[in-house]
Parts: sequence; C-alpha cells; structure tokens
Amino acid sequence: MIDPELRSELKKQGVFTTSFEELYNWGRKNSIWPLGFGLACCAIEMIATSMARWDLARFGAEVFRPSPRQADLMIVAGTVTKKMAPQVVRLYNQMPEPKYVIAMGACAISGGPFKQGYNVLKGIDRYIPVDVHIPGCPPRPEALLHAFMTLQQKIDGQALTGPERPRHLVSEMPSEFPVPQFGEHDLEPPSNPAVWRPPLAAKA
Amino acid sequence: MEPLEQIIARVEKAVPGVRLELVVNNSPSGQHSILIDVAGALEVAKFLRDDALLRFDYASNVTGVDWPDTVSKKIVKVKQVVEGVEKEVDQTIEEKKPGYLEAVYHLYSMELKHGPLILRMRTGNRAEQVQLPSLTPVWRGCEFQEREIFDLYGIQFEGHPDLRRILMWDEFKDFPMRKDYVEPDDYEYEPTAHDEVLEKTKRHRAQEASAT
Repeated sequence: MIDPELRSELKKQGVFTTSFEELYNWGRKNSIWPLGFGLACCAIEMIATSMARWDLARFGAEVFRPSPRQADLMIVAGTVTKKMAPQVVRLYNQMPEPKYVIAMGACAISGGPFKQGYNVLKGIDRYIPVDVHIPGCPPRPEALLHAFMTLQQKIDGQALTGPERPRHLVSEMPSEFPVPQFGEHDLEPPSNPAVWRPPLAAKA
Repeated sequence: MEPLEQIIARVEKAVPGVRLELVVNNSPSGQHSILIDVAGALEVAKFLRDDALLRFDYASNVTGVDWPDTVSKKIVKVKQVVEGVEKEVDQTIEEKKPGYLEAVYHLYSMELKHGPLILRMRTGNRAEQVQLPSLTPVWRGCEFQEREIFDLYGIQFEGHPDLRRILMWDEFKDFPMRKDYVEPDDYEYEPTAHDEVLEKTKRHRAQEASAT
C-alpha cells in the first residue's frame, strides 16, 4: 500500500496513483445495474427515481436490466407475497456475482401494513441476504438515492483479498439460496436460518 | 326498481317450485336481500337477468360470508317436584345452531339503471356440504370472484368453468377468511408487538421456551 501522504504529494505534482482494488471498486460502484422489476407501489417511486427529476443516471445506475443475468442489484420494491417469494429468490439466484439487494419499503423489509396477514412474507431478508434496508411507505426517491449511496460506500470499502473479503469472493459461501416451496399451510421452510435469525434483542 | 316483495312474488310465479326468502336488514342502510334456495338458483338468476322489468345484466360484486356454528343458551323455567313440593326450577337449554357459508351477489342493471339487488345463497354446513351452484354461466364476470370465494372460504361452485385457487397457491389447504382459520405461527420476531400480536408473540415464546 502506498503511503497516503506520499500519494497526495504525488497528486499535487500531477501523478495519479491507485491500486487495483480501488480502481476495481470505483468501476463497480459507479455502474450498478439494477434488475428492472417491481412488486407494488414502491416500484412507482423506484421508476420516479430513475426519471429526470431524481435522475438515477448520476450514479451510473439508470440501466435497468430486463434479465437477471445482466444485473448487479436487485431492488425489492414492494410487498413480497408468499406466492411471489419463490420467484424473487429464483431471480436472485439467477443473478451473477457480485450481487446486491436493496429492500425498499416497509413491506419488503418486514411485511409492512400486511405483516399480520396470511399471504405476505414478513420481509425478504428471511430468504436472501439484504445489503440495504429502506424504511418508508413508500420511501421517497431521496431515500432510494440514499440507499444507493450507502451501497456505493459499501462496495467501495470491500477488500478483494484477506479475511474481510465479501461473500462472493469466498468460495465456500453459497451464491445460490434455497428456493422456498409452496406448503400446505405456509412456505416451506418459513425462513432460511442460514440467512435470517430472529434478532436477539427482541427475545429479551 | 320494484319492491323486493314484488320481485319475489314474480320470481316464484315464473320459476315453479322455487322458494325465495326476504332477508331484512335492520341497520340504517336498510339494504334488504333475497335468499334463494340452492336448487333453483340458476333459473332464478336467468329470470332476473332476462325479465323485461328487471334486466339485471351486471353482477358488480360477489363475496363470501362465514357464519360459524353458534351455541345460544336459554334459561327456561320448568316445574319440578323437589322433595314432594312442586317448584319452579331454572333450566338452561343449549341450542346449537350449525353454521354455514354464504355467497352474496350484488346485481345492477346497466340497461334500466337500477340496483343493487342483493342475492344470497347458503351452504348446508361448513364442513362437507359446501356446494353452491355457480352463477358464472349467467354473469360471466362472476368467474374470478367465485374463484376467490372458493380460495378464501372453500365454497365449491358447481358448474364453474375453471374452479381453481386464485390468490393462494394450488398446494395450499386452508381457507384463510374462515373464522376458524389457524394462521402459521411466525411470531418469532415482533419488534413493536401490541394487543393481539403481543399475545401471539408471548404464546410463541412460551412454546419456544418449553421446546428448548
């Protein structure tokens, strides 16, 4: 690693130094291509975010891809019903690594106003790992932009080597997650314990 | 629209053997409805659609109602001979009323601009006699709504062209809108539990504690 002081001195002299990791993350964080899919009213806010007024293109993320094979980011925008949950997990499995998930809105993070219903999943984080949660019903486009910036910071800080490297660079970690099956009374299993455990604080 | 009594009289005259009943609604809205018996329901529906004075050509809404089994207690004074003396003794009689499922149709006439006419049909009970005739052959718009009632209440519509679940998945066995539906116990994490949810959360934790 280059000494930061030397680096800033070099910069003043017109010499730009970088590392492969920085360059790689810089490129990745500024070209996050989301998967173009929405589940409910949050999707309308997501669409608004991509249009001229909020202009998601400033972050290099305006290219909503119609295929999961070309997408880096899944924005779970809206209510995930139990009938839809297996398809969402399947789409996530079909995305190539590195992949990220933003759970947008009260429904996607917890079930929201439909939490006590018989047909709504209590948060998509029960089946797939979520990087950024956005509360709100629906969240304003600014909130989604903030989530984007949070995700960019996360990508920027990811080391490519060493024990702190992200999940997709650890060969033992799964890149696919089990798709829940339709059961007679509920989805089976009701959650993936490898991804989601009830927070301990709530048990006390 | 003519009064319901008159409609009932005309239907009973036009469709032989059918018996209709006026279900009175005592609330301020006063939306009375007609209970039709299952056997002649299709004929009654056709009459309501085709009669020149009625012309109910549009079923705007079909919904279900679950009426669970009820037990009403009555206290009756009974004369009994106690120790040689005749006395009046209070006796409670439990009256069990079997529940039923109900399908409610709201009909309008686009042509004559009147309505709604509310039709009701009741099943025999809530367990095995849950068949009702489908009115989809008369009003095509009932198709999805009858499927929804089948999905959520479990009424079997006979003569329906495509009776499958519409909201829940096909493997699902329960009927979630019935009063005795038991929901899956997924109360392991309730950050802001209160009232009913708090009770369920406590029950879940007690079960979890006893399991470990």
